[in-house]
Amino acid sequence: MKIIVGGCGNIGENLLQSLTYEGHDVVVIDSSAEVITEITNIYDVMGVCGNAADYETLESAGIKQAELFIAATGSDELNMLSCFLAKRMGAGHTIARIRNPEYNDASLGFMKHELGLAMSINPEALAARELFDILKLPSAAKVDTFSGRSLEIIELKIKEGSPLDGITLKELRATYKAKVLVCTVQRGEEAYIPGGDFLLKAGDKIGITASHTEIGNFLRRVGLMQKQAKKVMLLGGGRTSYYLAKMLTAGGSSVKIIEPDHALASELSQTLDGVVIINGECTNQELLLEEGLESADAFVALTENDEANILISIFAESQNVPKIITQVSRHGMGKMATRLGIDTTISPKKIVSDVLIQYARALENSLGSSNIETLYKLMDGKVEALEFNVRQHSKVTDIPLKDLSLKPGTLIAGIIRGRKTIVPGGLDIIAQGDRVIVLSSGERLSDLTDIVK
Amino acid sequence: MNLKMIFYTLGRIIGIEAILMLLPLGVSMIYGEWNTALAFLLTAAGALIISAALYCLTRNRNKTIYAREGFVIVALAWLSLSAIGAVPFVLSGDIPSYVDAFFETVSGFTTTGASILRNVEILTRGAAFWRSFSHFIGGMGVLVLMMAIIPDEDGRSIHIMRAEMPGPVVDKIVPRVKNTAKILYLIYIAMTLVEIAMLCFGGMSLFESAIHSFGTAGTGGFGIMADSIGGYSPYCQWVITVFMLLFGVNFNLYYLLLIKRFCSAVKSEELWAYVGIVAASVAAIVVNLGNMYSTFAETLRHSAFQVASIITTTGYSTVDFDMWPGFSKAILLMLMFVGGCAGSTAGGLKVSRVVLLFKSIKCEVRQMLHPRAVTTVKFEGKPLDEAVRSGVGTYFALYALLFGLIFLIVSFEPFDLETSFSATAACFNNVGPGFAAVGPIQSYADYSGFTKLVLSFAMLLGRLELYPLLLTLIPSTWARKKK
Repeated sequence: MKIIVGGCGNIGENLLQSLTYEGHDVVVIDSSAEVITEITNIYDVMGVCGNAADYETLESAGIKQAELFIAATGSDELNMLSCFLAKRMGAGHTIARIRNPEYNDASLGFMKHELGLAMSINPEALAARELFDILKLPSAAKVDTFSGRSLEIIELKIKEGSPLDGITLKELRATYKAKVLVCTVQRGEEAYIPGGDFLLKAGDKIGITASHTEIGNFLRRVGLMQKQAKKVMLLGGGRTSYYLAKMLTAGGSSVKIIEPDHALASELSQTLDGVVIINGECTNQELLLEEGLESADAFVALTENDEANILISIFAESQNVPKIITQVSRHGMGKMATRLGIDTTISPKKIVSDVLIQYARALENSLGSSNIETLYKLMDGKVEALEFNVRQHSKVTDIPLKDLSLKPGTLIAGIIRGRKTIVPGGLDIIAQGDRVIVLSSGERLSDLTDIVK
Repeated sequence: MNLKMIFYTLGRIIGIEAILMLLPLGVSMIYGEWNTALAFLLTAAGALIISAALYCLTRNRNKTIYAREGFVIVALAWLSLSAIGAVPFVLSGDIPSYVDAFFETVSGFTTTGASILRNVEILTRGAAFWRSFSHFIGGMGVLVLMMAIIPDEDGRSIHIMRAEMPGPVVDKIVPRVKNTAKILYLIYIAMTLVEIAMLCFGGMSLFESAIHSFGTAGTGGFGIMADSIGGYSPYCQWVITVFMLLFGVNFNLYYLLLIKRFCSAVKSEELWAYVGIVAASVAAIVVNLGNMYSTFAETLRHSAFQVASIITTTGYSTVDFDMWPGFSKAILLMLMFVGGCAGSTAGGLKVSRVVLLFKSIKCEVRQMLHPRAVTTVKFEGKPLDEAVRSGVGTYFALYALLFGLIFLIVSFEPFDLETSFSATAACFNNVGPGFAAVGPIQSYADYSGFTKLVLSFAMLLGRLELYPLLLTLIPSTWARKKK
């Protein structure tokens, strides 16, 4: 499939890497010749230097043949204009990155319709949503939710001395009688889809699927439950902080934002009610202590500077803050942060990349028997979790799961039927209209029928 | 330095060469030359064993390569390709000396067409086919061929393509390297087939048509007749003239034509410069030749053929142009340095570089007159990147320096200045025949073994555009990471 990405300095390398890996023909438009040179040196994409909203530039990028156009320049208005042009010039589907909260209100639907946008993406809002989910369940390093928020996958790191250290999955199920499924394990650089005899060890990162309440019950029984964070300190007053603070205060948490820029701080104080805004240097340790870092339930470092985020998170760790989340945007910084002992990191670019990959794959499979609803990359991108909407009968429906011969490295992790969530056993079946959660390590799935041999 | 990836790629290239040798093997068998067939069979088998060994040695490899690995891969690939490609000539007895065979093979792969054979007509059919087929392989590049047929592994293979494809800036024509390589090869093969058909139509045998089409397509110039193309009909000579010129055009333009973007193709500045140089040279030579040939049509045919042959660095000839007046020979000598368009199969400096050099000069001169003037050099309708402009200047300086060096070494031989100079120019620019003792009806047979190796090196330098070979010779390129 031919995909054109307008403005690639901002959307990041994750996306290009994933799109080319998926086999798409990618053309990148950027106004900076240096960015183009850099990117075409590393990825198998073609570069066009120019303005993404310029007719001739779009034409020379081959917009007429493009099935998907993604506008991700730094300016919302430019993105809208270039999507509008692209659509009129013959692009199949257009996606614009629109970040300004003023555009992301009730008028967004109207604008999307008028501009012919297939989707708009707001990285900060998506990041805030993910942060909010983690803060609700601070034991987890990552929380991904599927349709209707009824089923979740959480990532959990097994620490030294944890009750999960040194037991097999069978024992786990027998001892704690929980209706949860340990669906994937990352040990070192390798990611597995484990069987019942798999022995968990300290240092493993595991993925668990279940409904929200079951996960809560399980964590409580194992003794790993941390209460929802009530006192949250946010570092940096950017848009992510804005969205997150709004969600948190609506959920009854008390939020404190530290922002060095006075103008931005006073703007936040006008728009956010019930949030304490502190104007001060983010890296000032004295200030953080004075504002009660030690008594905070959670600390989220959201400044634009990755290095500052990592350093100040390490400081917060030394002050025994129970939950610390660090935003890292640049490619490869996440791994470095993990090496420095930071469990929970969040990268808006990665989230956006997951959403776009999901869209591209669903688009490619638009005639298949099932539709991809959600796609998440787990375990540093080594495992994919996909949610399929079963539209038609196919060779996998109405057969007990034990009779399906799945490909190695794939797992059916959950079935959502109406309002019921099923952690599947051998006798369960997939029916038309179900939503099925599948995990896959290695294999690239675009249709539910891809899971069988 | 990612040595494993370098040797892995070398293994693949050698394997591809082994498979390509099956073609001359088949030709030898058709003509019943069992001795030659055996030579190809043995060489192909040996190459396959080397290829398999390299593959086994490099199984656990890190696939990441950078620009430096790209250069080294290309340089070593071409060296090993020539070293192995020379073996069948020695085994079959066509060219008994290995140094001679190496010179002939390098001349083939680099599409030079300079020969050490005093009499090409005694070659076996299989050997003659391999000699010309090497033009075809070398024309578009064997690494590009590898990229087109082997599943792509990493986006960074663009570094290899950049190092092998000629021209100041190498860009993909479609998003994927693999598809770009495929499209280029398909255009290349299609054009060659059309030429074969047209030559067959003009009365050449299939074998001769194929040989001459390979020579034209790669802009090489190996033939099978002592008088090159002179003995064929005017129709065939015109067909070859036109195709030589076509293969000297940037292949990206053909792709633009294929996807029906005629305007963009026709707007190419380099194309018009190329057409202009060809037209002006033909006109000047026609006037200069005067009444040398009986009719105007004949004069025009020979002039056009020779201009096309030299500017595209092919090196075919219809007459002994060494007998032409000095002015015409001077024009031809200048054309050797200009070469064809970037992104074509031709050698030389490339028209785009020459155009850019002139534009730079114009810009610098204006800057001297108006020291505060703000100027932008534009090329192909776009403002030129300062890095590209200075790159062209550096390339030209390096080119002149290396040319001088090789010229000095070649001058040790007991030949006159015209011979030494034109021999260096003809090899360095991948043309083939020069003037005087290396003229179109002469050969390079009388040079010493050492000079033949120096000239082989010059041909490789010219075909790969200097940098890959030079960087491979610099020790710091090979710096390895500490364990």
